[in-house]
Amino acid sequence: MESQLELIEQSIISRYSNRVYEALDELPGNFTITDPCIYGHPIVFASHGFLEMFGYSKEEVVGRNGKMFQGQGTCRRTVMEIREAIRAERAIQVSLLNYRKDETPFWILFHMSPVFSEEHGRAINFVAVQVPIIRKPLHPKHNHGRHQFCSCEDGFKSRDILLGSCRREVCTKPLVESSHEAAFEAVLDSDRGVEAEQLCEASELEKQKAITSINNILSVLTRYSALRGKSVSERRCHVEGQSLPNSALVTSLGRIEQSFILIDPYLPSMPIVYASEAFLKLTGYDRHEVLGRKHRLLSNSCTDSSTLLQINESIRNAKPCKLRILDQRKDMTSFWNLIHISPVRNASGKVILIISRWNFPIPRREGEPQHILFPIPNFSPSVTYFVEVHMEEGYVNQDGRMLSPEIRQLGTIAAVKVAVRSATMGPCSSG
Amino acid sequence: MLRIKRVPTIVSNYQKEEADGSARSVGGCGRNCLRECCMQGAKLPLYAYKRANKVGSEKALAVDEPREAPVAFLDSLLLGEWEDRMARGLFRYDVTACETKVIPGDYGFVAQLNEGRHLKKRPTEFQVDKVLQPFDGNKFNFTKVGQEEVLFQFEASEDSEAYFTPAAPIDVENTPSFVAINVSPIEYGHVLLIPRIFECLPQRIDYESFLLALHMAVEAGSPYFRLGYNSLGAFATINHLHFQAPTKKITITSSGVKISELLKYPVRGLVLEGGNLLQDLAKMVSDCCIFLQDTNIPYNVLIADSGRRIFVLPQCYAEKQALGEVSSEILDTQVNPAVWEISGHIVLKRREDYDGASEENAWRLLAEVSLSEARFAEVKAIIFEAVVSAGVAGGSDMHLQEAELAPKEVDPINSTTASAMVTGNHECMVLQ
Ligand SMILES: Cc1cc2nc3c(=O)[nH]c(=O)nc-3n(C[C@H](O)[C@H](O)[C@H](O)COP(=O)(O)O)c2cc1C
Ligand SMILES: [Zn+2]
Repeated sequence: MESQLELIEQSIISRYSNRVYEALDELPGNFTITDPCIYGHPIVFASHGFLEMFGYSKEEVVGRNGKMFQGQGTCRRTVMEIREAIRAERAIQVSLLNYRKDETPFWILFHMSPVFSEEHGRAINFVAVQVPIIRKPLHPKHNHGRHQFCSCEDGFKSRDILLGSCRREVCTKPLVESSHEAAFEAVLDSDRGVEAEQLCEASELEKQKAITSINNILSVLTRYSALRGKSVSERRCHVEGQSLPNSALVTSLGRIEQSFILIDPYLPSMPIVYASEAFLKLTGYDRHEVLGRKHRLLSNSCTDSSTLLQINESIRNAKPCKLRILDQRKDMTSFWNLIHISPVRNASGKVILIISRWNFPIPRREGEPQHILFPIPNFSPSVTYFVEVHMEEGYVNQDGRMLSPEIRQLGTIAAVKVAVRSATMGPCSSG
Repeated sequence: MLRIKRVPTIVSNYQKEEADGSARSVGGCGRNCLRECCMQGAKLPLYAYKRANKVGSEKALAVDEPREAPVAFLDSLLLGEWEDRMARGLFRYDVTACETKVIPGDYGFVAQLNEGRHLKKRPTEFQVDKVLQPFDGNKFNFTKVGQEEVLFQFEASEDSEAYFTPAAPIDVENTPSFVAINVSPIEYGHVLLIPRIFECLPQRIDYESFLLALHMAVEAGSPYFRLGYNSLGAFATINHLHFQAPTKKITITSSGVKISELLKYPVRGLVLEGGNLLQDLAKMVSDCCIFLQDTNIPYNVLIADSGRRIFVLPQCYAEKQALGEVSSEILDTQVNPAVWEISGHIVLKRREDYDGASEENAWRLLAEVSLSEARFAEVKAIIFEAVVSAGVAGGSDMHLQEAELAPKEVDPINSTTASAMVTGNHECMVLQ
């Protein structure tokens, strides 16, 4: 597997044509580009203006997550909003308190936008513009005092309700209390960052500036992706028949090394919506040849039909199952495939994506048999996918020398379940 | 004596059988248990970790260093075995079918609706004014669980290399520690670490047990995997939220352990991190815990960030509850604020509480758990007197560091609360 560093280095250049760096360098303003498909969602590009404003060198920033600029005064709620926007792959504009390398705090207007691949509809980059806010804070001091580290309006009101006391006194010798206390308290009163703690609202001008800036970057990216033949767009485009996992999910799935696919059980053909690297290697297919195809892509006329029936049955009843099946690679060679199938639930227990899914009838590809009409599923809507884990019979795994193949496959199912559960857990699970 | 009634959590399928005594027939006592009757020839996977001296540095956050491990500890071994138990139907419910959401707000508390966890059990009386209680072999303890509930044995490697054995005999003499499922999980992958199971330790922390737990966190190597004490362990599906409250550095001990105070969090507590060696951190934390136990102050411990940060949170919810000082509104929710709740993963039993979950409600519940400001200051002071300054004075370390007092934090908390204790189940020692 490629190292993280290589991935970061290759990120931009693998998606946009060579001259993109020059074009980005020519753009004015402070901005960063991140790659959500790499573990940790690192920054892969930072503009000169950005580095200058924050006081870091390029090397100190590329490869790290944008949260490195946050500090104790940064509003938690705003950070959560950003996180949620990333999860939902939508744009956001907020005021945010950041810290320079020398730890001085300052307010920025943070405007972030996802960049979608037209090929598969997933967010492949995020772009953010950081416009410094130069106006004076809106709120007078006494209003948003220093006890409020969060500038959000109702961040800590709740504390006032909570007076009470635990009455039992400490039973040991009370001799020390004050000496240590004095030592702790003595250090509390540095006045650093007071200004930082007040809400700061950007002017209309600054907001407009952020929008213009982001549009310029997006148009550069669009242009240079087209040159590379892999167009991107700021709008998500629907790829037929696919209910795609979001980029956060794809990233965590990408870290799972075993061969597996995710199946969308809500479409009659039960198409594959995700295929792991190892699956492609095992079967010889390219990703685009697999996505959207019916899940039993690997079976052919020799495949035992009662085994297939068993698979369908297990999916219909949302029951896990385990079997051995004769499958075929792209090059028509066959192999005994040890399969585990299991339902995977989202965190919310609510229906996600399903409605839009039905809008895209899956095209029948040449040579593919007509689908049997799929009976209405028997499972609760919190089942989002089925995962099918594969292992070629007789496969000797190198890294997990001692672990039985069975446990390794179950471990893969577990990892997928955890990934889906975390990626679908948003506030109130709006999905 | 202070007592409260509480529905105990069922952590093993053999716990509920206690009363009815119905046994399945296999060999031995018929339950395939972990005592002499059934141990003849029994084998379990064994994972022996390499004694790490140091927890990975913060810098490694973006670029994940690959760790040498005989098998992927968390992804393959722990979760694989866990999923296997799930496929075998050993859990009381499918926790992935429990609705879970992030509560909007500054903290990202997580609310889970778990209607199945506490069903069908009558409330039991717990004594709540004694932190240390002797081991009672008659009550449920972990030697009574079935072998199928144990995932593997976990121990330090004799030679300095980590290794894995798929089926190792159980050497009772060697005081093995087990990782077992919790049949009432609060998250996917929720397990129990039971240190030195055959010694039948009462529920308490000592240096060895804590070091073992710390090693497990290191071995899991995932910020999502946390270990908690005084309740049970779990795999949090969302990393990092919860305790992202700011802290105020208080001191650095001679062994390099940085001790801070948690700020702007409803539960007051100490954060310990660093240390020249992993053992230093383990020592400092366990000393604090031992002191709290001996002083009869209930507490919870959370190991986060793959063992990099330890939260120690004294509390007295149960005591308050016994004294009738907890509001009925909160009591009605029947939430037992244990370590997972305190770290922000709130398991709710009633649909209405789940639907109405808000940061304010969560805060109010957790605030009930916390010591009051004054009381916490006292506890903090006596901990420092007894543990930290003793460590500083008696420490043989050459480079005795001046307590560094240069916090970035400005703001002393001046609101306050009361608090209480949670005693989980007083079974055997339950870590993780
Ligand atoms: C393109 C991009 C740029 C970002 N730049 C910054 C930044 O300059 N300052 C900052 O505080 N956060 C920035 N972030 C946000 C953090 O990286 C992170 O997403 C946020 O803290 C929420 O996630 P968390 O809850 O994991 O911290 C950026 C995010 C993206 C996607
Ligand atoms: Zn027995």
